[in-house]
Amino acid sequence: MDATAVFLIAHKEFRDLWRSRWFAVMAAAFAALSLGLSALGTAVVGLTGVAGFARTTASLLNLVMLIVPLMGLIMGAMSLAAEREHGTLLALLAQPVTAGDVLLGKWAGLAAALAAAVTGGFAVSALAIARAGGAAGLRDYLALAGLTVGLGWAHVALGLWISAGSRRSAPALGLAIFLWMVIVLVGDLGVMGTAVVLQLKPAQLLWLGFGNPAQVFRLAVLQAIHGDLEMLGAAGAYAASRLGPWLLPSLLGALAVWIAAPLGAAFALFRRRGAL
Amino acid sequence: MSAVVNAQAVVKRFGRVAAVDRVSVAIRPAETVVLWGPNGAGKTTLLRCLLGVIPFDGAIEVCGHDVRRDGKGARQVIGYVPQEIRLPGHQTVRETVVFIARLRRASPRVALDGLAAWDLARCAGQRVQALSGGMKQRLALALALIGDPPVLLLDEPTSSLDLAARRELLERLGRWQADGKTLIICSHHAAEARRLADRVVVLERGRVAQDAAPEALGAYLDGDGGSTGREG
Repeated sequence: MDATAVFLIAHKEFRDLWRSRWFAVMAAAFAALSLGLSALGTAVVGLTGVAGFARTTASLLNLVMLIVPLMGLIMGAMSLAAEREHGTLLALLAQPVTAGDVLLGKWAGLAAALAAAVTGGFAVSALAIARAGGAAGLRDYLALAGLTVGLGWAHVALGLWISAGSRRSAPALGLAIFLWMVIVLVGDLGVMGTAVVLQLKPAQLLWLGFGNPAQVFRLAVLQAIHGDLEMLGAAGAYAASRLGPWLLPSLLGALAVWIAAPLGAAFALFRRRGAL
Repeated sequence: MSAVVNAQAVVKRFGRVAAVDRVSVAIRPAETVVLWGPNGAGKTTLLRCLLGVIPFDGAIEVCGHDVRRDGKGARQVIGYVPQEIRLPGHQTVRETVVFIARLRRASPRVALDGLAAWDLARCAGQRVQALSGGMKQRLALALALIGDPPVLLLDEPTSSLDLAARRELLERLGRWQADGKTLIICSHHAAEARRLADRVVVLERGRVAQDAAPEALGAYLDGDGGSTGREG
């Protein structure tokens, strides 16, 4: 792996993405929604004004679980496929770079852009919250922000896996949206349905959760903020007793695997497919 | 003299169709070889195999670099001009040149200075998508020369040029030949092949139909090969 080539490609990807209108709109929408949630977080209980960090963290958890995987998947899926479709991938691969340099550079650039967009959204809300009240709950808010970046990175890697095998951007985009529905929308119901139909034991239910990056993210956030998963019932209690202090590191490790494994699969596919 | 490009039994299939079928060719340093043949003969695919940007069966070495194992090393010594110039359109000419120069470990300053030779210096701040077809072609040629690679692969380099630009490029190709560069040029213009080549490799349905001096192309065209692509 050539660190210089990876950095150059990452820098170009980052710059290209921030120049694109759709990404700017997406980043602005995320910031606006974050700000809206912090501003309206207390409205449901008849209060007005900006909610504190604790309530905003709880509200944002559901928002980021919906939006950030979609952002990451679309960014990743459009990357290689669009370049392949437009023929610019050939111009890049004709240079002294390896498939690994290109893939890792693309991922790093996209990951940095996504991290900047997410951090920007969280920062805008944080400023509004800090102006309205104190800093209580800031630690949990920052934990959510950090884990959200990890969630986005995993989905960028999954998107790149789709992109590595796609010749055109439209099918890659369709597949990314389908995967998003499976992970975010169907995932919850699927786990519940499977647990009921197969009468899964708590241990099996927990490992099933590890098989979905959005669920891993949710478990990690709950564990990081509350310190236990007992609110999740038997599976949560099992996780706490089985893994003890290793629960959060295990969940963070699982999120890292959800970044590395799709990248590895994308690399194998990209190398086999080449520029066409 | 040992071959600077050595391809042995190269096969590239797209599904069940062999676009390149057991092609072997050895090219000496400073030699100009024209890959000649009709559309669909496999010329572009063979160039892409030499460049290592698509997977293939067989063996290719460029300047001692095994293209499959060390494609990066091979591409360091190759400048490539594709048939259709596709560069990121939203980048400026300057950004494109600097990016490629850094990837090739060449001096961005020298590469930018080189734009003047292609009458592109005044366009350095323009976006690539704003350039005309001819200017894009010039940019692609300027990019291929960054780092002064000893081997140049040119895929139908004159196909989208007007008469004056074509004449100018042919003169430049002559200068590169004199400078000792190894040129591999895809073309379906017989006159160009005869003018430029030290050797013409005729491809037909992915196979080498003839590998001979340019004078032999006429005989080939007068025979059965004439039905596949007779031209000037």
